[in-house]
Amino acid sequence: MRTILILFAHPALEKSQVNRALLRATEGLPFVTVNDLYEVYPDFEIDVDREQALLLAHDYVLMQHPFYWYSAPPIIKQWEDLVLEHGWAYGRTGKALAGKNMMNVITTGGQQTAYQPTGFNRFSIREFLRPFEQTAVLCNMTYLPPFVVHGTHRITPEQTDSYVEYYRALLTGLGEGRIQPDQLTAFTYTNEYLIPFPIV
Amino acid sequence: MSQSVLIQAVVYLAAAVVCVPIAKRLGLGSVLGYLLAGVLIGPAGLELIGTEGQDVMHYAEFGVVIMLFLIGLELEPELLWRMRTAILGLGGFQVLLTMLGGMGLAMLAGLAWQPALATGMILAMSSTAIVLQMLKEKGLTESSAGRSAFAVLLFQDIAVIPILAVMPLLQIYPIVATGAEGHHSLVEHLPGLLRVLVVVGSVGGVVALGRFGMRPIFRVIAGTGLREVFIATALLLVVGVALLMELVGLSPALGAFVAGVVLANSEYKRELESDIDPFRGLLLGLFFIAVGTSIDIALIAANVGVVMGIVLTIMVLKAAVLWGLGGRFKLGTDQNLIFSLALCQVGEFAFVLLSFAQQNGILATDTVGLLTASVALTMALTPVLMLVNERWLLPRLGTRDKPGRTEDAVEEKNPVIIAGFGPFGNTVGRFLRANNVGTTVLDMDSDRVDLLRKIGLKVYYGDASRYDLLRAAGADDARLIVVALDTTEQSVELVETVRKHFPHLQILARAMDWSDAYELVDAQVPHTRVYRETLDTSVRMGVDVLRELGVRAYHAQRAAHLFIKQDLTHLDELARVRHDEKLYFNTTRRQLREIEQLMEFNEKNRWLKEINDGWDTETLRAEVKSIK
Repeated sequence: MRTILILFAHPALEKSQVNRALLRATEGLPFVTVNDLYEVYPDFEIDVDREQALLLAHDYVLMQHPFYWYSAPPIIKQWEDLVLEHGWAYGRTGKALAGKNMMNVITTGGQQTAYQPTGFNRFSIREFLRPFEQTAVLCNMTYLPPFVVHGTHRITPEQTDSYVEYYRALLTGLGEGRIQPDQLTAFTYTNEYLIPFPIV
Repeated sequence: MSQSVLIQAVVYLAAAVVCVPIAKRLGLGSVLGYLLAGVLIGPAGLELIGTEGQDVMHYAEFGVVIMLFLIGLELEPELLWRMRTAILGLGGFQVLLTMLGGMGLAMLAGLAWQPALATGMILAMSSTAIVLQMLKEKGLTESSAGRSAFAVLLFQDIAVIPILAVMPLLQIYPIVATGAEGHHSLVEHLPGLLRVLVVVGSVGGVVALGRFGMRPIFRVIAGTGLREVFIATALLLVVGVALLMELVGLSPALGAFVAGVVLANSEYKRELESDIDPFRGLLLGLFFIAVGTSIDIALIAANVGVVMGIVLTIMVLKAAVLWGLGGRFKLGTDQNLIFSLALCQVGEFAFVLLSFAQQNGILATDTVGLLTASVALTMALTPVLMLVNERWLLPRLGTRDKPGRTEDAVEEKNPVIIAGFGPFGNTVGRFLRANNVGTTVLDMDSDRVDLLRKIGLKVYYGDASRYDLLRAAGADDARLIVVALDTTEQSVELVETVRKHFPHLQILARAMDWSDAYELVDAQVPHTRVYRETLDTSVRMGVDVLRELGVRAYHAQRAAHLFIKQDLTHLDELARVRHDEKLYFNTTRRQLREIEQLMEFNEKNRWLKEINDGWDTETLRAEVKSIK
């Protein structure tokens, strides 16, 4: 069994529909730990020891957050700045995270078509996510393609439900070892791997 | 009550009521006002008071006794112990040198050595009444000059005992028939050793009474709830001690002082102070008036040159001795000026000693007359001298020195002064200390100071609202002052002192509640620098209540921040509105009204709306849907 740490960040979860729904997918999974950053650290005072211990105890690190301003809500950045210490997460002696995997699980208001050179946002999601990708690599982790929920502004409850099921499939697949990291790395989105994947 | 007593009372009171406010308004100080009132109603003025002024002076001297009792109350035994060098060194040399100087000059003037020595001893005394009253009025009591002056005066009070003992040995004239006047002590005829034993025993008795006896007595009296009985008890204590001291041949003022020091740690200290203080004020005022009436203008007029010469010589001599000693004892130029000029008169005790000297055939009658007039004049001139010093000398000379040279001055210069180290101030202090910020702490609670010092904290005892103590605490160099005193009155007073004398100091003030906060805002503390101790804590509790109810932590936290922010804005606005209302409401009703206003405010502003804006707004969704 592989373990999954979800670094969840939403500053106003009470107003979110999709992210709240996605969290449902984690319920009852013994190998998943949801670390609700805004709830644990409303004052942004990250407990570094706690966070590092959590990282060490898990194989997958999933950052689940809305894709605000082409990035993550600020607590994710605060978390990175404080937790990923030199000499621990990176640097000559910083090998604590070696062999782990990292993935962004994001929700965006815009459709996927908006994230291309001719689109509204001019760049692709993967281009916007490069800081995360390089962070993972610098910390000796494997960066996995993101799981993306596009078009949340107009999403229907049915669509949301199917995303929840995909997400659940991903989590159980990773946790039970039926999905291996190298099966995902070739894709742009992890979604692409999941769509043909049978929903358990 | 006989009519004449009432008439006298009216004369004295009227003179004081007319003269003192005028003198104060003219910046001359109350002492000069009283003295002038005395001259005005005395034999030389309107002749409303004749020679009975002398008797009045005798009663009024009791004001000095009360004053020393009150001073004793303010002086912790520990503080007194720390002053021992000043008392013995400064005081001892002052008395010795002035005495020798006075004696030499008197011999130059043609007196035999015995009367010259007596004159020297008499001149060595300064006026406790005038000096302390003056220093208190000018807020200099706690300055190094004030402390030194007090030390000298204290020593002089002690010195009276040997002086009275030595005087009779100096007799050269036949003894004048003594009236009822003079110091009669019970122990006079006892053999030396027994006499010492009785004296020591009496002082010990006073100490023991204050230490162990008075507390239960005061507790019982206070328990009756009759304030006037408490006042009577306090007065009885002071009068009793004074009488006892007089009986054993000690200075009553000294005895009262000892009683005061012993009671300085008692829980009834403040009560005693506030109850007895009015008597001190009235009696001292009476005393100064009596001094005024005793100035024999006719005699002075007849011997203008001689009297002026004597006055000038005395004052120059005394000031010179004091100046030299002040320098030796490391007083700064400004403090030394205050010190030397404040003490350069001859004291009220000289009147007693002069008549004593006359009766014991030590000094000739005409000499006594001239000296008495001169002494009165030196007393009258002191407030004038102090005024000259304050207006002309200090502004030119005083600024040359670096401040803060008090003997027990606070040594270090820290960027932050914390005034008041109760639960609030000490939390701030611990926080700053944990962050390596140097703090100088001033606190009025001597027990707390002792305790904190034992733990090794740098805490200093003193009334932080006093200008000179602030200065000694390094207010000139500090950047911030944290005001966390126990009462609003003290805080506001401190704020006013700081704003007046140390405008560069940033003020951060603690307030207990709204009305406190209003007072501070009224005292020109910016509303964002007023910290209501109930605000953050109650809001923090509210946050936890919200979280327990399932509200997201971050939302609750933001709501709290916003609430506090808006609350501060309300403070600013309501503080301004309040002025019209406080005239109409009594305190309780005002507080209710204030709560009502606050509630209205919160509803009107719909402050929650602000937190709800941002992140996934409805407007964006609506816009996206409309494009489709």
